[in-house]
Amino acid sequence: MAKMNLLQAINSALDLAMAKHDNVYSFGEDTGGFGGVFRATSGLTEKYGKHRNFNTPLVEQGIIGFANGLASQGSYAVAEIQFGDYIFPAFDQIVNETAKFRYRSGNEFNVGGLTIRTPYGGGIAGGHYHSQSPEAYFAHTPGIKIVTPRNPYEAKGLLLSAIFEKNPVLFMEPKRLYRASTGEVPEEEYTIPLGKADVVKEGNDITVLGWGAQMEVTEKAVEKAEEDGVSCEVIDLRTISPWDVETVTQSVLKTGRLVISQEAPITGGFASEIAATVQDKCFLYLESPIARVSGIDVPYPLCHEKEYMADHLKIYEAIKRSMNY
Amino acid sequence: MAKDKKHNTEIVTKPKWFDKDSVTIPMLQILKEDGSFHKDADMPAYDKELIVKIHDTMQFIRILDERMIAAQRQGRISFYLASRGEEAASVASAAALDFGDMIMGQYREQGALAYRGFTVEQFMNQLFSNEKDLGKGRQMPVHYGCADLNFMTISSPLGTQIPQATGYAFGQKMDKTENCTICYFGEGAASEGDFHAALNMASVYKVPVIFFCRNNGYAISTPAQGEQYGGDGIAPRGIGYGMKTIRIDGNDAFAVLKATQEARRLAVEENEPVLIEAMSYRMSGHSTSDDPTGYRTREEEAEWQAKDPLDRLQKWMMNEGWLDKDHVEEHHAEVKAKVLAALKESEKVPVPHIDELINDVYDEPTDMLKEQLDELKDHMRKYPDTYSKTSGRLD
Ligand SMILES: Cc1ncc(C[n+]2csc(CCOP(=O)(O)OP(=O)(O)O)c2C)c(N)n1
Ligand SMILES: [Mg+2]
Repeated sequence: MAKMNLLQAINSALDLAMAKHDNVYSFGEDTGGFGGVFRATSGLTEKYGKHRNFNTPLVEQGIIGFANGLASQGSYAVAEIQFGDYIFPAFDQIVNETAKFRYRSGNEFNVGGLTIRTPYGGGIAGGHYHSQSPEAYFAHTPGIKIVTPRNPYEAKGLLLSAIFEKNPVLFMEPKRLYRASTGEVPEEEYTIPLGKADVVKEGNDITVLGWGAQMEVTEKAVEKAEEDGVSCEVIDLRTISPWDVETVTQSVLKTGRLVISQEAPITGGFASEIAATVQDKCFLYLESPIARVSGIDVPYPLCHEKEYMADHLKIYEAIKRSMNY
Repeated sequence: MAKDKKHNTEIVTKPKWFDKDSVTIPMLQILKEDGSFHKDADMPAYDKELIVKIHDTMQFIRILDERMIAAQRQGRISFYLASRGEEAASVASAAALDFGDMIMGQYREQGALAYRGFTVEQFMNQLFSNEKDLGKGRQMPVHYGCADLNFMTISSPLGTQIPQATGYAFGQKMDKTENCTICYFGEGAASEGDFHAALNMASVYKVPVIFFCRNNGYAISTPAQGEQYGGDGIAPRGIGYGMKTIRIDGNDAFAVLKATQEARRLAVEENEPVLIEAMSYRMSGHSTSDDPTGYRTREEEAEWQAKDPLDRLQKWMMNEGWLDKDHVEEHHAEVKAKVLAALKESEKVPVPHIDELINDVYDEPTDMLKEQLDELKDHMRKYPDTYSKTSGRLD
C-alpha cells in the first residue's frame, strides 16, 4: 500500500498496464515526455520510450480515429482527451466508429482494446469549456462503456479493468479530485469489475446515488442528514453504462426513496434515465418521488459556478424533502 | 508535353514524386533584428501616427500582461494568458485592417483588441468576471468579445472560429460590405479538422477572409516542428487549398503590416482568401497554469529574446527620431498606473445578478429555466452565507 492521489493512482495503472503488455500505447495532447497538462502520464516516456507514450498533434478526431485503428489492429490504445469539453471534435469517431465497430462488422473487427481517458467536471473555475460532464451524450450510444472513479483506489482498479476490458471504454476522471482526493492504494495490479455499483454505506431510510466527483459531495450531504437521524444508503454507480440496475433497485426496494445527483444539466442527464428505470421496477415501493439534484439547464457558468453546482446543501435539502414527503 | 485536359494536368511517363522540398516558402522580413530596414524591402503604407499607435499598443499589452500575471499569482484573478513576444503579430495585423473588418481570435490576440480600442477598464471587467463584463462573467479570463469593436467573442475549443470566419466572410461578400474577416489561430490549432474545412471552403467560395496563423513554436508543451507537423509549417497547406499564401517574420511589425495590408486588398478587392503564417515565439508560459521549464531550455528562450518585436520596433523608432526614452518611460508609467487603478476598481464591482444565470441561453428564458432559477433562489435564501457573492441581491 502507498498513499496516492487520484493522478498518481491513474499513473500507476498506466504504468502497470504498459509493463504487462508491450502493445499498450498511451497518447494525447501534451501527454508525451511532459506527462500531460495534469501529469497523469508523467514518467511513462522515460520508462517505455517515446513510441509507447507520446504526444499527438492537436486534433481530437485524429486522436480517436488513430486510436480506433490501433485498437482494431489488436493493440491496447489508451488515448487521452485533454479535457472532456474537447471530446466533441471526436464525437463522430466515438459514436459512429468506436461504438459500432464490433456490431456493424458482425464481430469481424472490434476496438475492444480502446480506452479513452478524459478529465471531466466542474468546481475549478473553468467556465463553459473546462467544466462539463458529458457522460449522457455517450450513455445514449450503445457499444461503449462509461466508467468514472470517485477516489484513487477506485481509479486504479477501474482503469486497469477498462484498459484490458474487451470493449471500448470512456474513462472519465474527476479532475477536481485529481490532487484533492488521496488514499491508500495497493502498488501492485488489481482490478475492480466494470458494470458493478458500489454500496459505499448501508442504510435503511433513503438511497443516495451518484458517481465520480459527486460522491464526495454526496457523502458530505449524507453526513448532515445522518445528524438529523436519517439512515442513508450511499451508492457509487462507478459504471454509468451499462449501469448496475440490480444493485440500485435492490437498494430502493429496501429504502423506498431515491435521490440521484449529477453535475451535468438536468434535462437529458443520466439521472433521468436511472429515475425512469427505478420507477418502472420499484413503483409500488416508492414512498416519495425520485429526486434529481443536478446542474440547471444552462451552459456551465463561471461567475455563478458556486450557485450552479449540485452541492452538498442541495443534496441535503433533497434528502429532507424526500423524507418529509 | 502531353496534357490531360480534363484534369488540367501534364502527363508524365516516369514516376515523379513531390515532397516538402518541392515548394520552399521564404519568410518576409523588412525590419532586421538590429532594428534597421533591409535596403531593398517593399515597404507597407505607414506614417508616424500609425507606427506610434502600433508601438503604444504593443507596449500597453506587454504591461497589461505583466500586471495580470502578477495579479493571478496574488490570487486576485483565477487565470491569465500572455502574448509576450507576439505583440507585433496581433497589433500590426489589426493596424492593417479597416475598423469594419471582423476579427476572430483564438485567445492570444489581446493586441488586436486593444488596437481596436478596447479600454483597460473593459479588459479588467472581463478578467474579474464582474457585472460590467460584456460577457456577463460567464467565461474564463481572456475570453474577450465586443460587438461594437467587431471583435468576435473568444471560445476555448480550438479551431472552431476558423470555418466560422469563412462563413462570416461569405456573408460580408454577399452583403457587399467591402469588409473582410481576419481569423487568428495557433500552429497547434491548425491541426484541427476545422482548419482544413475552413481553408477548403474559403477557397471554393472565394471569400474575403485572412487566415492569420501565429506560429509561435509551441502548443502548450508540444513543439511545432516534428511533433505538431512533419511538413514545412502551416504555409504550404494554403497552397494545397489553392489560396494565396505568405510566410512572414511575426516579430517584425513592418512585415506584419505589409503582408496584412496586401492580404486585405486581395481579400476585399479580389475576394481572394489569404493565408499568412507569422513566425514567432511564445515568450511566456502557455498560461498561468503552465511552467515551460518542463519542456524547453533557457537558451532557446534567450535566442528569441534577442528577436523581441517590441525592442526591435523601439530601436528603429528611436533611430528615426519617432520615439525617445522619455516617451517610453512616461508611457510605461502612465499605462501601469491606469492598469493598477482599473484593476482596483474592477475588483470592487460585484458579479452579475443571479438572474443573469438564465439569460441568453435563448433569446428569452424559457418557463422551465425560470422555474429552475426560482428553485435555486429559494435554496439560496436558506443558505445565504454559502452563496455570499450573489445572495445579498436576490430580488
Ligand atoms: C479542441 C481543443 N482541444 C484542446 C484544447 C486545450 N488547449 C488549449 S490551448 C492549447 C494549445 C494551443 O496551441 P496553439 O494553437 O499553437 O496556440 P498558442 O497557445 O501557441 O497560441 C490546447 C491543447 C482546446 N482548448 N481545445
Ligand atoms: Mg502555438
